Amino acid sequence: MKRWHKFSLARFWAMVVKEFIQMRRDRLTFGMMVGIPLLQLILFGYAINSDPKQLPSAVLLADNGPEGRTLLYAIQNSGYFHFVRQVKTETEGREALARGEVQFVINIPENFSRDLLRGDRPAILVEADATDPGTTSNAISSLTTLLTTALQNDLKGPLDFLSGTSGPIDLRVHALYNPEVNTQYNIVPGLLGVVLTMTMVMITALAITRERESGTMENLLSMPTRPVEVLVGKIIPYILVGYVQVALILIAGHFLFGVPMIGSLTLLLTVTFLFIVANLAIGVTFSTIAENQRQAIQMAFFFFLPNILLSGFAFSFRGMPDWAQMIGEILPLTHFLRIVRGILLKGNGLADVVVDLWQIALFAIIALAFGAKRYRQTLD
Amino acid sequence: MTDELAIDVHGMTKRFGKLTAVNHIDLQVRKGEICGFLGPNGSGKTTFIRMLCGLLRADEGSGSCLGHNVITESEAIKRQVGYMTQRFSFYEDLTIYENLDFVARMYSTKNRREIVSASVERLGLKERQRQLARELSGGWKQRLALAACLIHDPKLLLLDEPTAGVDPQARRDFWEEIHRLAGQGLTFLIATHYMDEAERCHRLAFILNSNMLTQGTIAEVTRQTRLTTWSVSGPNLVELAERLRRLPEVEQAAAFGSALHVSGVDAAQLEKAIDPYRTDEYKWSQAESGLEDIFIHLMAKAKGGSSS
Repeated sequence: MKRWHKFSLARFWAMVVKEFIQMRRDRLTFGMMVGIPLLQLILFGYAINSDPKQLPSAVLLADNGPEGRTLLYAIQNSGYFHFVRQVKTETEGREALARGEVQFVINIPENFSRDLLRGDRPAILVEADATDPGTTSNAISSLTTLLTTALQNDLKGPLDFLSGTSGPIDLRVHALYNPEVNTQYNIVPGLLGVVLTMTMVMITALAITRERESGTMENLLSMPTRPVEVLVGKIIPYILVGYVQVALILIAGHFLFGVPMIGSLTLLLTVTFLFIVANLAIGVTFSTIAENQRQAIQMAFFFFLPNILLSGFAFSFRGMPDWAQMIGEILPLTHFLRIVRGILLKGNGLADVVVDLWQIALFAIIALAFGAKRYRQTLD
Repeated sequence: MTDELAIDVHGMTKRFGKLTAVNHIDLQVRKGEICGFLGPNGSGKTTFIRMLCGLLRADEGSGSCLGHNVITESEAIKRQVGYMTQRFSFYEDLTIYENLDFVARMYSTKNRREIVSASVERLGLKERQRQLARELSGGWKQRLALAACLIHDPKLLLLDEPTAGVDPQARRDFWEEIHRLAGQGLTFLIATHYMDEAERCHRLAFILNSNMLTQGTIAEVTRQTRLTTWSVSGPNLVELAERLRRLPEVEQAAAFGSALHVSGVDAAQLEKAIDPYRTDEYKWSQAESGLEDIFIHLMAKAKGGSSS
C-alpha cells in the first residue's frame, strides 16, 4: 500500500492542466494578471517626492587642514547626512555604495585647505547612489547652498575676498548608477517586486480558497491525491504567470522608459524564483486562514499595503522612521527591491546581493513551514 | 447480493473539540446492497461518510471497508470508493468532458480517452460534452456527478443527499440507475431525508444526534418499533388532531393528504383511547405505519429518553 503514498506525476499533471483551463476561462482574472503590471507601470511612471534625512554617508578625507573638518561638520549639521564610516580609498567608497551601505561618499581631496586659501576653488567630490533620485535630490541641493555659507566664519579679514559670488569651493556631484537622475529607473525595477507580490499572494490565496468554498476541495481529497500534489499542481501555473509578468515589465521598462539592465538577467530570474516562492507561501497560508474568497482578498490587501508603503517602493526607505524601517526589513519585497535595483542599475553580482537574498530565504522558509502546517490541519 | 460485507465498521467516533459528531456507530452493509442513511440535518451523516472514505480521521473505531482496514488503509479504500458530495463539487468552469477527463487523470485510469468518451455517451451528453458544467440544470449536474464518481469503476458509492433540488422525473431516473448498478454488484450508502427514497433502499440506518437509533431492512425496522397506526378521514380533521394529540396514548397525529394518521406504541391502549372518537362522522381504519411515522416516533423516543 505504500506505493500510493508516493508523489504521482500523473495526478500532479492533471491538476496543472485543470488549473490552466480554469485560468483561461476566467477572463477577468487573466486580464488582471496581464493588465495590472502594465497599468501600474504607467501610473507609477511619475515619482513620489519626499524629503529623507540622515542618509548614511562615508567620508574620504585626504586633507588634514581645519577647513576640511569645518566643512564636514557643516555638512553633518545640515541633517541630510549621517557619517557612518570613513573610507581610505575611492574603491572602498565605491564598494560601500554598491552594497547600499551608504548613500553618499564625500571626498575631500588632498591639499584642500591649501588650495582654498590660495583662492584656487578646490573641488569636493560627492558620489551619490542615485538609484532612487527621490532619496538623494534634496540632500544634494542642500549641499550647494551649504558650501557657500559653511566657511564664512573662517574666511574673515584678509581672506574676505574668497567668499565671493561664485563661492570658494567647487562642488562636483557624481550621480552613480542613474546619471540622468531618472525616477523611472527606480520605479520600474520596483514594480517588478510589487506586481509579483500582488499577483502571487492574491491569486494563490484565491485559487485555493475557491476550491474549498465551492466544495471541490472535498471532492479532490476524496480522490487518491496527496495534498502536496494538489498544492504544487495549483501553484506551478501561477509561477509561470509570475515570470510572464516579469518579462512584461522588463520589456516595457526597457523600451518605454529605457531602463538599463547592467547586471546578469540569469541572476535576476533566479532570485525572482526565491521571491515568488516566499510570496506563494504567504498566499497558501492566507488561503488556509480565510473562510471564503472575500476574506482571502482582504488578507492579501492587508499584506499588500505595508509592502507598498514600507518596502522603499512608494517612499524612500531611508526617509522612514526607524520603527517603519524595522517592519520594512522583515518584508521580502524590501530586500527584493534592493536586489533588483542592484542588479539592473548597479550591475551587482551574487556576492553583492547575498545579504538581502538570505533574508528573503529565511522569510520563505518560515512562511512555507507555517503554510504547510496550516494546510495539513485544514484537511481534518 | 451476497453475504459478504462491503462495509463492516464498529464504534466509529469523531469529535470536533467538545462536540461529538459521530458517537460509536456500527454499520454493516452487504455487497450489492443499497443502504439508506436517514437522519435530520446535523445528525452526523456527512461526518460518518467522510470517515468511511478517508476524508476525516476517526477518533475511535475499527472495522473494514471493501476488505481494507478503515483506519489505516484509507488510501486503498479511496481508490475503490466513489464519493458524491451534497453540493455539486465538480468544476463549473470546466466542460462536461474536461471534468470527466480530470477525474480519470486523478485516478490514473488506463485507456483514459475511451473510458471518458464511453462515460459521456452513457450520460447521453455526447453533443453537449463541450458545454460548461455551470450551464447544466440541477438534474443534469447530478447525473454528471454520478458519472464522474463512476469513472474509476468503484465498488462502493457513498452518496450524500444526491437528489436535493432535483425534479421528480430526474429523481426516478436516478433511482432506476442506482438499482441497475446495485444489480451489477455495486454497494451504495445513500444519505437522504426523503422517506419515499428511503423506501427504495434494501436497508435503512437511522441516525440522530450522532447516535445510531436503529438499522435493518424496512420490515425489520417496522417490526422493531412496534408502532400501531390508524388512518381516519372525515370533517374538521385539524380540530380532531388537536384533541387526539392531548391524549397520552397518542404519540402522533399528522395529516396525510385528506386523512389523519394516528399512531401509538401500545396497540390495545391506543384503540381504547380513540374509541370515543369513532363516531359515524369519521371513517377509521388500521393502517400500516409508514417510514415517516416510524422516523418521527424514533426521534420523539430519543428525545424523551435523553431528557428523563
